[in-house]
Amino acid sequence: MVDQEHFEPVIIGFTCNWCSYRAADLAGTARVKYPPNIRLIRLMCSGRLDPTFVLKALAGGADGVLITGCHPGECHYLEQNYKALRRFLLLRRTLVAMGLEPARVRLVWASAAEGVKLAHEIETMVAEIRALGPLRWGHNGTASDSAHDTHAYAMAGQEVSP
Amino acid sequence: MTTQPQGPSQSEEKIGVYVCHCGSNIAGTVDVAEVREWAGQRLAGRGVTVARDYKFMCSSLGQELIEKDIKEQGLSRVVVAACSPHLHEGTFRTACGRAGLNPYLCELVSIREQVSWVHTDKHAATDKAKAVVSGGVERVRHHVPLVPLRVAIHPDTLVVGGGIAGIQAALELADAGKKVYLVERDPSIGGHMAQFDKTFPTLDCAACILTPRMVSAGNHPNITLLTWSEVTEVHGYVGNFTVKIRQRARHVKTELCTGCGICQEKCPKKVIDDVYEAGLGYRKAVYTPFPQAVPKYPVIDVENCTYFRKGTCRACEKLCPTGAIDFAQKDEVLTVQVGNIILATGYDLFDPQRVTQYGYGRLANVFTSLEFERLTNAAGPTNGAIVLRDGKTVPKSVGIIHCVGSRDRNFNNYCSAICCMQSLKFAHLVKERTGATVYNFYIDIRTTAKAYDEFYQRVLEEGTLFVRGRVAEVTDAARLPGEEGKLILQVEDTLAGKQRRIPVDKVVLSAGLQPRADAKATAQVFGLSCSADGWFIEKHPKLDPVATMTEGVFIAGCVSGPKDIPASVAQGSAAAARVLSTIDKGEITLEPVRASINATQCSGCRICNTLCPFGAISFLEADRVSEVNPALCQGCGTCVAACPAGAISGTGFSNDQVLSQIEGLLMLNVAYA
Repeated sequence: MVDQEHFEPVIIGFTCNWCSYRAADLAGTARVKYPPNIRLIRLMCSGRLDPTFVLKALAGGADGVLITGCHPGECHYLEQNYKALRRFLLLRRTLVAMGLEPARVRLVWASAAEGVKLAHEIETMVAEIRALGPLRWGHNGTASDSAHDTHAYAMAGQEVSP
Repeated sequence: MTTQPQGPSQSEEKIGVYVCHCGSNIAGTVDVAEVREWAGQRLAGRGVTVARDYKFMCSSLGQELIEKDIKEQGLSRVVVAACSPHLHEGTFRTACGRAGLNPYLCELVSIREQVSWVHTDKHAATDKAKAVVSGGVERVRHHVPLVPLRVAIHPDTLVVGGGIAGIQAALELADAGKKVYLVERDPSIGGHMAQFDKTFPTLDCAACILTPRMVSAGNHPNITLLTWSEVTEVHGYVGNFTVKIRQRARHVKTELCTGCGICQEKCPKKVIDDVYEAGLGYRKAVYTPFPQAVPKYPVIDVENCTYFRKGTCRACEKLCPTGAIDFAQKDEVLTVQVGNIILATGYDLFDPQRVTQYGYGRLANVFTSLEFERLTNAAGPTNGAIVLRDGKTVPKSVGIIHCVGSRDRNFNNYCSAICCMQSLKFAHLVKERTGATVYNFYIDIRTTAKAYDEFYQRVLEEGTLFVRGRVAEVTDAARLPGEEGKLILQVEDTLAGKQRRIPVDKVVLSAGLQPRADAKATAQVFGLSCSADGWFIEKHPKLDPVATMTEGVFIAGCVSGPKDIPASVAQGSAAAARVLSTIDKGEITLEPVRASINATQCSGCRICNTLCPFGAISFLEADRVSEVNPALCQGCGTCVAACPAGAISGTGFSNDQVLSQIEGLLMLNVAYA
């Protein structure tokens, strides 16, 4: 079983090439520390975020999804972050209806200058999801342990022992 | 229980994984050998045939490693786990290209900025690095060979802002034979520099060195000067910007006006000049801001002109010898095509009224630095006499407060860079012209540029007094003998370690610089981003200080942060050099990140049509499908995400690429200690 006391969430973060990805770069350059639970994906714009990506991440074993983009009015592509906001609000409603805690999917605006802010948001989110516990969508509804690892073995073409 | 990721089957791809140590930058936190070994074993089934780690992948030896493997092992895909793609993506793509592999079949994943530099737990960092590598491997399997887009560069350039940085940039380009549109919001070019009297540290007169530049810019056959004008819209992309410029009605026909100045002389309406004279002097309702204005043509200030307010007067019209006054003139909108844009829109002075304890606006003899510049200027309201607000009394003692609104958590954290030298200049001028006792209240003296510290030594030797400490308060409430009728500066002298009250006749607040009040709006028009302080962000603060994230838009001068005149001029030239290189090349290459619509899958629903802010998607009535114009598409991918039929794909960031990367990232469940 997953050890509840030592549960460490895995969070997939979607970043915008122009703001939040650079904020992550900046956090790195400035050696700002944040928990290693987040794994970032670079998109050209938060407007590129297909809601499917979020569902895929949650279904694939992520315990939460962080969506980041440029501040309102500062989109590199003029206004596409507003479209991301629209999709996010609709998606979250759907996810909540499916029983997901709203804290697991989060939208944060972070400009290229806000490395510290991004790190802080990640830290907060990791702490909140750690408190919520594992999502287990990636476990196909079963409570088998280390599903990610079996996934890994399967993907690596190795034998899976149930 | 799990599905194999879709995409090419395992046997098709041969992927090389290269893990960089970056000296100890990565290897100090991430066990690179373990990551390499893990990738080579666990990801073998995903097509990884070569896995290596190396001290510095970006070195020529590191690059050769990749090239050799592509040639000898027949790699079809490359994943480099190193620094941010914003740093070295180009390096590794080029290396792949040299070895005959399409550069876009290479993926750089960040295990430095996103792993080793931000995490401390070595075990967790190593595991995360593995996950990041596996995300990259899954993603790269779906990369397709791409060819960069080539874009022709329109040879004309737009320079926005006619201060010294903008003038410099425009002249550099014009002298190289390129056409420039120089747009300035005020009636004349010249910017803040035109308001100054002397320039530090050489003390040469600002007008003497600036005016020739202004005249050159005004007369240059390659420069179209558009003053009293503002850029309202920018469309297009590098090489092909379409810019709309609103030219406000001058109400003076420039083709007839000789600049004789009779209209200004005869205009009966006096207006306080709070722009050029910093509120200390008057101008007329028809005016040029200063005698050396370029262009020489005046403008009519409609809000204050008696004719526009009351329908009578017309004195200027009656007395103009050439009949150049035209009350009926309307604003005009010009549309110009340019290939590049240089933004040099400058700064605003910090409003010292916000620092209420210094009493500006309440205590008459507290002045801002800009007011003081005008007072010392021979062409200013007092003809250069340094006097009190009453216009006649010469002060016997002057206190100059540094860092007003700068290096202050209540206002701006940053150092405004110019205030120390400006304050020293003021101290020298007061000493020279009045012989008054001068106090400088400073936190630190920062005189870093050429000949600056020598100037500081000179001011010290002249007998200016320096008190180290931030002034707590400026007050006219006398408590001690000798304080009556004076302004008293309450300050902790941090060198002497005691509180002091210093009575003076006049206080000058060396106010800092801050971004233009409308900087955000400007950033939006040009598609740029601002830092938290509001300064425009350069592409790289050290290595690319005049470029921005938006291709074809450059910045120069104080628009990216406080700068002195030499630095602003250098940036003007630098931005011009960057523009010249693209013009001379004739074309540039762009990332081929674009959307395209598969016509057979498109249902013609038109959802995407309204989503594109660049108007790149049009609906073909005949075929009942939508189409993307790749020249207008910027590659944001919003339409890709919105298409309900999945008919739109985005090169470089396709659904397959992102979905596979998600799977890859989630392959390994990190077990934390």
